[in-house]
Amino acid sequence: MRILALEGALHAAVAETSDAASSDSSGFFGWLFGSDGFHAPSISEFYPDALAFAGTIFEFNRIELVRVIAAFFMILIFWLVARSAKIVPGRGQAVVEMVLDFVRVQIVEEVMGKERAKRFVPFLTTLFIAIVFFNMTGVIPFLNIAGTSLIGLPIIMALWVYVMYLSVGIKKHGLGGYLKANLFPPGVPKPIYLLLTPIEFLQVFILRPATLALRLAANMIAGHLLLVLCFAATQYFFFEATGALKAAGVVSLAAGFGFTLFEIFVALLQAYVFVMLSSVYLNMALEEEH
Amino acid sequence: MLSLSTIVLAESEGASHNPIIPAPYDLLWSTVIFVVIVVAFVKVILPKLQKVLDERAELIEGGISKAEKAQAEAAAALEEYTAQLTEARAEAARIREDARAEATQILSESRDKASVEAERIAATAQKQIEAERQQAVVSLRTEVGSLATELASKIVGEALADDARQQRIVNGFLDDLESTVKAEA
Repeated sequence: MRILALEGALHAAVAETSDAASSDSSGFFGWLFGSDGFHAPSISEFYPDALAFAGTIFEFNRIELVRVIAAFFMILIFWLVARSAKIVPGRGQAVVEMVLDFVRVQIVEEVMGKERAKRFVPFLTTLFIAIVFFNMTGVIPFLNIAGTSLIGLPIIMALWVYVMYLSVGIKKHGLGGYLKANLFPPGVPKPIYLLLTPIEFLQVFILRPATLALRLAANMIAGHLLLVLCFAATQYFFFEATGALKAAGVVSLAAGFGFTLFEIFVALLQAYVFVMLSSVYLNMALEEEH
Repeated sequence: MLSLSTIVLAESEGASHNPIIPAPYDLLWSTVIFVVIVVAFVKVILPKLQKVLDERAELIEGGISKAEKAQAEAAAALEEYTAQLTEARAEAARIREDARAEATQILSESRDKASVEAERIAATAQKQIEAERQQAVVSLRTEVGSLATELASKIVGEALADDARQQRIVNGFLDDLESTVKAEA
């Protein structure tokens, strides 16, 4: 009974403040509680207003800022650990070494073997850590958007891997040898090449980098939209809906909580998948036989 | 009305965004940020960490090889000591055996020598005794004979002055004497 009364009072207060917000929209409560209906998340979430240089190629918006912050902290944390790295590791160093070991042993060496892995481990480790950091910003309060959810960064990463596997492949087999090995895989009857060669061409030159970039960006976009949906619904149910619908806010809040945990998992998983596939592509470029 | 139209414009603009087509500024900033990260990590941070990892591996490997060396040395020393000990034991046994043999030899030698000496001493004594006895017998024979003869002649007078007879009687007497002594002994 008392709770109901309290809720009523709260609702009245909210109504009051939202009234106030409509007259004075810069008030804190107006910003916090003010709402003019339920906002479904849309793709425009990923195109916020520019913070600087609007309309030019240097346009700098919220997502770029989040990326800069993530990159700054990533470099800072690892630099601090690397600077004071000791032979007998402290706790922080042990965690960092565990991450490095994971990428080296579980991903790169697993795919390529110890000897071949050596020259690619530094870049792929960097790639893994960077993707984890940029993905994680999606669930960090006040950042709240993954740096990889805007396709540019995944494209740059995928392009880097693309150029890398093409160049190591061509360096090893020569241009002709590389194209022959990839477009005309041996051990197939000649007419099959009519079918196989276009597919292989698409695979090597378009689909591999495109899927790398798209998989990552799409996952992060979907994750962000899910989270926004859950939290927008919670906001709506708690502060706008009346009666029994308010209770639905508990469900959407719980869903938001669950999806936040899920997004952390997806952030790690996508980094793993991206680096794992990169290793596979690099290894395929170096392979003698297909 | 104006605000409504801007909202509609914004909405239509939002809808026109294609999330898989990157905006130029997006590519630019992504490149800048990613290159900075890669350079920082590949050129500075990871080599530093790798150096520490290598040092640690080296230290551990060095420690292991050092321990192995020490263990091998200890094993070699132990073997050497054991060999020396065995040798020393064998030497001691040999010396003891030699000493025992020598002692036996010395003992038997001295025993032989002693018995020879004893025999010699006994033989010499025997001879001396024999000689003295012989001498005593001879002197007895002469002295006792002459004394007895003198006595007898004094008793029986001149009748026994004949030398040959005298000698015969004395000898007979002495032989009797001797046989009685032997019988008594």
